[in-house]
Amino acid sequence: MNGSMKALFKRDMLLAFRSRGDLLNPLMFFLMVASLFPLAVSPDPLFLGQIAPGVIWVGALLATLLSLDLLFKSDFEDGSLEQMLLMPQPTLLMVIVKVLVHWLVAGLPLAFIAPLLGLMLGLPSGGFAPLMATLLLATPILSLLGAIGAGLTVGLRKGGMLMPLLILPLYIPVLIFASSAVQAGVLGNSYVGHMAFLGAYLALTLVVAPVATASALRISIAR
Amino acid sequence: MALEYLPDTDLSSKPLLCARGLYCERDDRVLFKDLNFDLSSGQIVRLAGPNGAGKSSLMRILLGLSASYEGALYWHEQDMARALYDFRSDLLYIGHDVGVKSNLTPEENLAWSCPNVTKQDIYGALKRVGLSGFEDLLTHGLSAGQQRRVALARLFLSSKELENKSLWILDEPFTAIDKHGVADLEQVIVNHAQQGGLVILTTHHDLSVPVKTIMLGQTQKASL
Repeated sequence: MNGSMKALFKRDMLLAFRSRGDLLNPLMFFLMVASLFPLAVSPDPLFLGQIAPGVIWVGALLATLLSLDLLFKSDFEDGSLEQMLLMPQPTLLMVIVKVLVHWLVAGLPLAFIAPLLGLMLGLPSGGFAPLMATLLLATPILSLLGAIGAGLTVGLRKGGMLMPLLILPLYIPVLIFASSAVQAGVLGNSYVGHMAFLGAYLALTLVVAPVATASALRISIAR
Repeated sequence: MALEYLPDTDLSSKPLLCARGLYCERDDRVLFKDLNFDLSSGQIVRLAGPNGAGKSSLMRILLGLSASYEGALYWHEQDMARALYDFRSDLLYIGHDVGVKSNLTPEENLAWSCPNVTKQDIYGALKRVGLSGFEDLLTHGLSAGQQRRVALARLFLSSKELENKSLWILDEPFTAIDKHGVADLEQVIVNHAQQGGLVILTTHHDLSVPVKTIMLGQTQKASL
């Protein structure tokens, strides 16, 4: 049981690093959003510092949405997904492995380059710690919820617009609490409450999302 | 096409896979109804019928990938829903889309689909399908036939000592395989049946060994 999940993890990591272009696209998008804002809005560091938490979090959220297509699509197209659903192990475990890989290659890098974006946008120094903390805590939520949408739309030929519509409402609480946690950090207030909410949301999605994704995949593959 | 039975079928052995009263319709067209069969170990079973007769649909129903059917399926005389773990542990499925990743080497492709075997076993299996020397090259450099051979190497890894998969479900396994390879593949299938395995396949290729045929199609009512 462990063996096949380890093998799946290894395979997905290998595949992610073999197609580095797909891997870098969301990161490039994230960087571009942050670098275009000062040009378009105002180069005033004070003003930028005020909007930085929101800009960075919106960027992170949209970058994650971009990367969700990678989650099941290619496996669906070449028949690997069928093989995964036919493994004796519960589909749930397979989903958890795939979401974990997605987070490692798409979510975690966002958390690590976010401080750079903070510098570019003149984020006040109090905001860096909560920015990193919220990204580390909340990007797994984005991957987990995104997997439900990716699973539901994987069999659709024109599912491109449907997935964001399904997933964005579920992302809204993350966006609100994470960016206001960073705001609170900037203002020198405590952001423990925000983090507690994000933690609770992560716990909830951790329990619900893999089950929902497994059912979604089974529906998608049954056609 | 007449029904043929394997002469050496042991009638006393319990059936592995049973179907009772299978009914399936697609787009308001009845593909098959009241389909019953008992398949036991040692058999090679061919799902036959013209294009669109429901061969793939029946295969997906047997695999448990499609739920749009009525009727009952039993694995080792246990209801399929209860026996799902055992069924899938025993199952080797090679579909029309073989699930070979072009960004992985043949060895890496097999390593995840057969996690219980060693690297030596994988190299041995790849050698059996004529891919020795290609183990560490990315699969997208290989021809279509060679890519299918990567998937077919799983057949060699499914023996009792290795993965121990007794049920093979193969969708058009001979596609894009050369003449020599087809003969080899047939031999592997026959050997598996002789060792007590069950092989269910679709093919338009005429097998040189007697097989049990499940005929599908609108003109001949699903019969067995």
